[in-house]
Amino acid sequence: MYKIDRLNELAKIVAAKRPENTALEPRRMTAEEKDELLANFHPDYKQGEFSVLSAGVNKGEKVPTQLAELLQGKSRISAADVDLNNPDYDTDVLIIGGGGAGASCAIEADEAGVKAMIVTKLRIGDANTMMAEGGIQAADKPNDSPAIHYIDAFGGGHFAAKPELVKKLVTKAPEAILWLNKLGVEFDKEPDGTMITTHGGGTSRKRMHAAKDYSGAEIMRTLRDEVINRGIPVIDFTAAVEIILDENGKAAGAVLMNMETKELLVARAKVVVISTGGAGRLHYQGFPTSNHYGATADGLILGYRVGAKLLYADTLQYHPTGTGFPEQIFGALVTEKVRSLGAKLVNIDGEVFMHPLETRDVTAASIIRECTARNKGVDTNLGTFGKAVWLDTPMIEIIHGEGAIEKRIPAMLRMFGKYGIDIRKEPILVFPTLHYQNGGLDITDECATGVENLFAAGEVAGGIHGRNRLMGNSLLDVIVFGRNAGIYAAAKAKETAVPQKLTLEHIEKFNRELDEAGCASGTLSPMLLPHYARNSK
Amino acid sequence: MENMINIYLFGKKYQVPAGLTIMTAMEYAGYQLVRGCGCRNGFCGACATIYRIKGQVELHGCLACQTEVEEGMYIATLPFFPLEKRVYNIEEIKPNQQIMMQLYPEIYSCIGCNACTKACTQELSVMQYIAHAQRGEYEKCAELSFDCVMCGVCSSRCPAGISHPQVAMLARRLNGKYIAPECGHLNDRVGEINEGIFDEEIAELMAKSVDNIQEIKDMYNNREIEK
Repeated sequence: MYKIDRLNELAKIVAAKRPENTALEPRRMTAEEKDELLANFHPDYKQGEFSVLSAGVNKGEKVPTQLAELLQGKSRISAADVDLNNPDYDTDVLIIGGGGAGASCAIEADEAGVKAMIVTKLRIGDANTMMAEGGIQAADKPNDSPAIHYIDAFGGGHFAAKPELVKKLVTKAPEAILWLNKLGVEFDKEPDGTMITTHGGGTSRKRMHAAKDYSGAEIMRTLRDEVINRGIPVIDFTAAVEIILDENGKAAGAVLMNMETKELLVARAKVVVISTGGAGRLHYQGFPTSNHYGATADGLILGYRVGAKLLYADTLQYHPTGTGFPEQIFGALVTEKVRSLGAKLVNIDGEVFMHPLETRDVTAASIIRECTARNKGVDTNLGTFGKAVWLDTPMIEIIHGEGAIEKRIPAMLRMFGKYGIDIRKEPILVFPTLHYQNGGLDITDECATGVENLFAAGEVAGGIHGRNRLMGNSLLDVIVFGRNAGIYAAAKAKETAVPQKLTLEHIEKFNRELDEAGCASGTLSPMLLPHYARNSK
Repeated sequence: MENMINIYLFGKKYQVPAGLTIMTAMEYAGYQLVRGCGCRNGFCGACATIYRIKGQVELHGCLACQTEVEEGMYIATLPFFPLEKRVYNIEEIKPNQQIMMQLYPEIYSCIGCNACTKACTQELSVMQYIAHAQRGEYEKCAELSFDCVMCGVCSSRCPAGISHPQVAMLARRLNGKYIAPECGHLNDRVGEINEGIFDEEIAELMAKSVDNIQEIKDMYNNREIEK
């Protein structure tokens, strides 16, 4: 039961229409309808929310205003603050970020026989990977193929992705699943070993592999366990605050900061991999976020300052179904798997207003339209919009039988159950939440950035998903490209001598450029953690 | 005016609005969290917390991000608990009972007090999954422990010093790798890709992605979607 009677009354309208709505097969939108919807209602198209960069390699391009402030911000250190001649750490491959990509990278680099080390500002596994609920794509069934997966991913990303990255994503996908399975990840399977797979928004085949609705958590905790088994050093509660270059402009390490004592440390490395994840905690356009606490775009700042280029930094993914109510979990992810299993989106009048498995950008824009222009949302008084639509979860058990919700989406059952809402019997309220950074550091299919010996993998990288990512392609991305970065970074480390002359000259150089352009924001960056403490500066 | 309630963070009294979670209440009180805060959505176990309501006997374990504050709550976060994780080579171990005896012999010292189960932030049958681990029933241990977020509250209450989340982690990896059935179609597909069966088709798509975007658009917009 909802604690607000009005919502219980409105839920009755949804319940009354449930039988006919469950049977309904809503039509999909045409390409033209989708284009018009996106242009009018998707947050990426709100020009006033973006700023044009005046300094750095992407000068002249637009990025979200909050990101521009950090990209054109002030370094947390100056070169004089540290002694680069006496590194505190020496390693072959320095991996910044301990999520799915960083951990996969570390395992592959270790496998290749080089010294790898992970630094992370929180703990290993405090990452969006841990929170990915719905699943991971791979074209491994007989009616599917990597080519079909390619078309789904490339089309879903509005034909903007880099083809060589999509190729790597789809052709390495089955191997990624097999690798994880051999590490002990428990995928949902039939008794004969056949993978239980479902659709995600925009997929043309059922290729979503899952581990209940803890898919990312199951993958992340297994990778973490493997990193520890291998004895790979993990320096936790330690953030990277600047990349260090050598005298030839190649990446050669990073300045680290202990998050608790603020002590600065120097790590020297032959190769540096940035795998710091996304930016949801910047709350672009005032949206809530489904992201973990540390998703503050740090890697984009670190890379940009030393000259690594960004690609599609202006496109974000708003997951259509963030929690719309209650307040305690406002913005928390309601996995797309809920829709994969058959729950439909319903407005205040109990009408199914769209096909539930359009791509995420289209679905998010459609929900925003329902709550604004069409005024068919349910009042919640939460967030900038104050409205939400219903996601009719009880449909799942009408379709799959009693017990299906507990078996397939236990995390969702638990999350809402804590607030008295039984998703088996009552519909839930959803509204888009800031979920994913589609763009990021521009990489080659070897995960190399434009700065020599600087690699990037995972959500911090851009180009794999074009301008919109499909469900299940980011868990896949962190595994495929995390491993890929580990393999190529290790190979690069083997042919690289220990860097001799370390410098931080880029800090002053970038400061001068900001001053000359008159665009220095003065904001300390990278941000490291959001400022949620009341009265915090 | 909001409905304010009294809570005690590490013994110190604060007034916070009712309806906040323990985590947001700490932030309301002015804490800038570094430890004890991870995903903020109940998946990572970073915000393990123990609390007792003033005047009551029972001690509760919870996740700070998933638990609403109550009047008179005495709160202590548990941002780190020294779990004992034993290292092993997943390729070399076998899913037999001996491996648990070797790596986590302390599980056989369980006195059956059930404090772990009572403390679990995920309402799991912790003592029961440890019992399965003792008997080498890894599939059952994996199933019962699946929703574990490894917050460690169970272990903080264990008189036998068991690191339950690590025991369960081992059981799940053994189950996932060795006990659960192998996937035939997955092995087949990896083989086909390595043989290069899809290379030509993918190469054509890549070429069209650059030179003939309209054709790719048509393919995408008219593709058959599995029911």
